[in-house]
Amino acid sequence: MNPHLILRVVSKLLIPMIVVFGFYVQFHGDYGPGGGFQAGVIIAVSVILYALIFGIEEAQKAVPPNVARIGAATGVLIYAGVGVATLFLPFAGEAVNFLDYDALHPDQGHHSGQHYGILLIELGVLTTVASVMLAIFYAFAGRVPDIPDEEW
Amino acid sequence: MDFLVNLLPSGLAHHAPALVIVIPLVAAAVAALMPNGRLGWIVAMVTASLVAFFSLVVLGLVLSDGLISYHMGGWEPPYGIELRVDALNAVVLALVGVVGLLCVIFALPSVGDEIEEGKQALFYSAFLVALAGLLGVTITGDAFNVFVFLEISSISTYTIIAMGAGKDRRALTASYNYLILGTIGATFFVIGVGFLYMATGSLNMADIGQILQEQGHNRVTQAAFAFIVVGLGLKAAMFPLHVWLPNAYAFAPNFVTAFLASTATKVAFYALIRFLFSVFHPDVAFVELSFTWVFAAVGVIAMMVASSQAIFQTDARRLLAYSSVAQVGYMMLGLGMGTAAGLSAGILHLINHAIMKGALFMALGAFALHFGVRQIRDLNGLGRTMPASAGAFTIAGLSLVGVPLTIGFTSKWYLITAALERGWWWAVAALIISSLMALAYVARMLSAIWMESPPEHHGAKPAARHAPYMVLVPMGILAFANLYFFFHADVLVGLAEAAANAVTGGH
Repeated sequence: MNPHLILRVVSKLLIPMIVVFGFYVQFHGDYGPGGGFQAGVIIAVSVILYALIFGIEEAQKAVPPNVARIGAATGVLIYAGVGVATLFLPFAGEAVNFLDYDALHPDQGHHSGQHYGILLIELGVLTTVASVMLAIFYAFAGRVPDIPDEEW
Repeated sequence: MDFLVNLLPSGLAHHAPALVIVIPLVAAAVAALMPNGRLGWIVAMVTASLVAFFSLVVLGLVLSDGLISYHMGGWEPPYGIELRVDALNAVVLALVGVVGLLCVIFALPSVGDEIEEGKQALFYSAFLVALAGLLGVTITGDAFNVFVFLEISSISTYTIIAMGAGKDRRALTASYNYLILGTIGATFFVIGVGFLYMATGSLNMADIGQILQEQGHNRVTQAAFAFIVVGLGLKAAMFPLHVWLPNAYAFAPNFVTAFLASTATKVAFYALIRFLFSVFHPDVAFVELSFTWVFAAVGVIAMMVASSQAIFQTDARRLLAYSSVAQVGYMMLGLGMGTAAGLSAGILHLINHAIMKGALFMALGAFALHFGVRQIRDLNGLGRTMPASAGAFTIAGLSLVGVPLTIGFTSKWYLITAALERGWWWAVAALIISSLMALAYVARMLSAIWMESPPEHHGAKPAARHAPYMVLVPMGILAFANLYFFFHADVLVGLAEAAANAVTGGH
C-alpha cells in the first residue's frame, strides 16, 4: 500500500485543472489580470507538482529537459518573430516600426491587429516562462553534489 | 560610411536602430538550439557581422543626417519607448559592434579550448544576450529601458564569467562577487530612475532633461542624481566601486575578458555621460560640483592607486584588470573637466582603451592557448616561442603606456591639453606620474617576454609556435589600429569631438 495514495489520486485530478486554469489566465490576460508570465508559471507548476508526487524521473519522462531548453528558445523566437513580421508587413502601404501590431490585420476599426499581436506575444512569453521555470526546477532537483558526502 | 547605407534597401536602413538589438536577441535563441559549439559559433559570427554592419550604418546615418529617433511599436515618445541615437551613442554603438565582431572571430579557438563541448552553444547564446544588452543600453532613449538592458547584459555576463570555472574554480566566486555588487549597482540605478519618475512623471531621458530644466531641481532629483551616479559608477568600475573587476577579468574565459574589457565598462561610462549631460544639465550647481569633487578627484585617485596596485600583481590578467581601473580613471578625469575638450579627450581615451585592451587580452589568450600562461613569470621567453603574438602584445602594451607612435599617446596628449586649458596643473602631474607607473607594470611583462629565456623542459627548449589565424587576424587588426590611428588621428579624434559636441553643444 503506497503511503502517498491520497496525494497521488488528488494530484492526478488537479493537474489537468491547473493546466486548463493556466490557459484561462493566458487567454483572459487581455481583459483581466493575467497574461503570459502568470500562465507560464501556472503551467510549469503542473509539471513541478507531478515531479514532487511521482518523482523527478517520471516527470522527466513526461517532459524531457531538452523540451524545456527548446521551449525557452522557441518562446523568444515567437516574440521577436512577431516584431520582425511587422517590419515586413507594410500597413496601409507604409512600412511600420518594430512591434507595431497594426500591421498584423487590416481592420483598424476594431484594432484587430493589436489583439492578434498581444496574443502572439503572450504566447511567446508563456512558452519561455513555462520552459525556464521547469528548467530551473530540473537543474535544482537533478543536482548531484560535486564531491560526494562520504569524501568530505 | 554612406556606401554602407547605400547597400541596404531604403526601408531597412530606417529600421537599423531596432535591428541592432533585435538580431543578437533572436540569434541568442537560435544559438541555444544549436547541437554543438561550432554551429553555435557560426550563429554568433553571422550575428556579430550583421551587428557590426548595422551599427556602422547607424553611425553613418547619424553623421550625415543627425539625430535618429525610432519609435518602438509606433508609440510616440515620451509615452512609448524611443531609440534615440546621436553622435555620442552612435560612436559607442559602432565601437561595441566592431570590437564585438573581432572578439567573436577570436572566440572559436579560445572557447574551443576553455569551455567543455556540451556547453559551448549555450555559452554563445549567453554571450549574444550580453551583446544585445550592451547595445540596448547604448541605443535606447528611455531611462527604465536602460535599466532593463543593463540587467540583461549583466545577468548574462555573470554566466559567461562563471564559465571560466572549467579552468579555474575561482571563476565561480569571482562571478558571484560581481553578481552581488552588480545587483546592488542596478538597484541603486533603478532607485534613482524611480526618484526621477516621481519628480518629473516621465521616463524618456530627453523628456526628463527638458522637464528638469523647466521646473528646476529639488531634494528628490538630488537624491536621484546620487543614486544614479553610484549605480552606474559601479558598473563602470569607477574607483572605489571597482572591487568586482580584477577577479572577474582574471578568472573569466579569455574571450570573455577580451570582450568585457573593451565593451562593458565603456557602455556603463557612456550611460553615465548621458545622464550627466542630457538628463541632468552640467550647469546645475550640484552637477557642476560633482564634476570637480567627484569625477576628477576619483579619477585621479584611481589613476594613482590602481596603477600602483597593478605594479605588484603576479597574475597577468589581474595586472591588466587593475590597469583597466586606472584607465577608467583617465576617462573620469576627462569627464570631470566639464568642458567639451575634456569630455572629447575622455571619449577618445574610451575608444583607444577598447582597442589596446582588446589586443592585450587577445594576446594573453593566444599565450594561454599554447602554453597555458596565467602568471607573469609564465611569460618568460614568449618573444622567442610566439613572436607574432608577442609583437602584438608589445605594441598594445606600449600604447597602454602612451609611447609616441601609438594611440595611447594621442589620447593622453588630448587629455593633457584639455587639463592645461582648464588650468589643472595637478591633473597634468597625475597623468604623467600614472603613465610612469604604467611604464613600470608594462615593462615587467615586456622584460619577461623579451629578456628572459624560455623555460627548459628536460633540457629541451620549446619549439616556436604560431597562434591560429583566427587569433592572429583580429589581434593583428587591433594591434595595427594602435599604430594606424596615431598617424590618422583625425578619424577617431573627429568621432570623439562629434560625440562630445552632441551632448555639450560645443562648449
